[in-house]
Amino acid sequence: MTNSALRLVARDGEALRRDHSGDALTITGLSASYGTRPAVFSFDLAVPKGSMAAIVGPNGAGKSTLLKAALGIMPRLSGTVSVLGLPLEEARDRVAYVPQRASVDWDFPARVIDVVLMGLYRELGLLGRLKPEHRARAVECLARVGMADFATRQIGQLSGGQQQRVFLARALAQGAGLYLLDEPFAGVDAATERAIIAVLKDLRAAGRTVICVHHDLATVTDYFDRIVLMNVHKIADGPVETVFTPENLQAAYGGLLATAQIEGLAHPAG
Amino acid sequence: MGAEFVQLSLTPILIGTLSAIACALPGNFLVLRRQALIGDAISHVVLPGIVLAFLVTGSVGTWPMMLGAAAAATVAVGLIEAVRRLGGIEPGAAMGVVFTTLFALGVLLLEQSDTSRVHLDVQHALYGSLESLIWFDAEGWASLVDPVALAGLPPELFRIAAVAALVCLLTAIFWRPLKIATFDEGFAATLGIPTAALGLGLVMTAAVAAVAAFDAVGSIIAIAMFICPPAAARLMTQRLESQIWWSVLFAVVSAVAGYVLAGYGPLWLGGQDAVSAAGMIATVSGLILALAARFGPHRARQGRVRRDDPQPQSR
Repeated sequence: MTNSALRLVARDGEALRRDHSGDALTITGLSASYGTRPAVFSFDLAVPKGSMAAIVGPNGAGKSTLLKAALGIMPRLSGTVSVLGLPLEEARDRVAYVPQRASVDWDFPARVIDVVLMGLYRELGLLGRLKPEHRARAVECLARVGMADFATRQIGQLSGGQQQRVFLARALAQGAGLYLLDEPFAGVDAATERAIIAVLKDLRAAGRTVICVHHDLATVTDYFDRIVLMNVHKIADGPVETVFTPENLQAAYGGLLATAQIEGLAHPAG
Repeated sequence: MGAEFVQLSLTPILIGTLSAIACALPGNFLVLRRQALIGDAISHVVLPGIVLAFLVTGSVGTWPMMLGAAAAATVAVGLIEAVRRLGGIEPGAAMGVVFTTLFALGVLLLEQSDTSRVHLDVQHALYGSLESLIWFDAEGWASLVDPVALAGLPPELFRIAAVAALVCLLTAIFWRPLKIATFDEGFAATLGIPTAALGLGLVMTAAVAAVAAFDAVGSIIAIAMFICPPAAARLMTQRLESQIWWSVLFAVVSAVAGYVLAGYGPLWLGGQDAVSAAGMIATVSGLILALAARFGPHRARQGRVRRDDPQPQSR
């Protein structure tokens, strides 16, 4: 590292310390708020390509806000975001976002395949013609989440787990390099959870990067190889083995988790 | 049906139909976005707009009226957004506050200003005067290919036809982003769709349709057409693509049936005079909605998922 680079590090903090050419997502100095209350404050984050990362923290820690502000869904007060080495605006084709399924009205007049086809918008553009091959690809994405038989089903008739799978299929249709998912396992059945995690692990195996807002501390070590612990500020991020420690969990959750609980999670028996 | 129909009824029916379509198309998206009241709001704030335009320019020409109405609609959209943000209240409440206040202001202005010598009154603003938009120069169906007679068509017909064409064109061009952003605004933003500008564009398109419809047929039709045909159409289908076509069909049926019923209905019932065509068109659209709500194939809300496992959304 050159001297000038070192001076930059001294001024701008941790996110600049590393070489970012191998990162799928780089966030520098991101802050966002609801009204006057900061929800995410001065957040730096770098997630290497090909990793599967969980964003973990207590309720109200700003996990979803971090994703939304990073993606420009809600305004940032400060901060820059780059995806696979490009500024976000130039990398829209490389990012797929899966919102919380409760964030939309499932009474919307659409069939399952109509929702998946929305993932092809960047490719089709305003007036591009929808060809049979596009439909075939949408059905194929549905097949990957085990929903191919539901293509012509009205979305209002789906269970919560099926809705979540349709959202994941829509993201798959985007063919992105970076997948950002907001609580994909919230309120879904066990079969759906297994199906989703299998798809996400396949993505990682194919060299894609997956980042999930995740609620269930018990499954963090099974599902993910990296973890971002946050509570408005970043507490820690890195490989699960080094970051998922009692001290860090204590720092993120404060009094919200019993000490015994934390010890049990970070050092599972056996 | 001959010369008399062409002279007296053809243009009002065409104008009513085009107004209904121009309002129903954006209405589909407004209803799905829970913004249907915006049509109501815009139709009301048109009144202070045209009164102010008259006071400023001293004329009731079309362009001052249209500009005044468009300006008022823009101000109202801005005010609604300001009340919603500053007050931290839901959009419906903000619209209710803004449009009732501005409409009341319009009534006061109208009463206090000297508009007695021109045709500008609240009644006209509400009902319009569809029946008066007749084609004096027509002498029969042959007039449709007679350039001299065609030149005598009411100018309202050309204006509403242009606006209806514009609304159709915009709906076709922005179909995909509108659909995606209406279903899932956050996802749409990650695709690079400018969701705020698109939402504003939708409201402004609705405003243009409302103002043009107001010019031709009064605000009652605009208010009804923003809501009734799209809401009835939603009950007929589970796809947005077909919902649009159903809403256009319902808008056309309302306009034609409403006009005919207003003209001949009272006579059939043994009455003497025709009733307001605008009022009857709006009534027919309401009846269609009632029938769709009772007999439509998709009238039951599917909200099963939300009832079974309430899932509070966290941020």
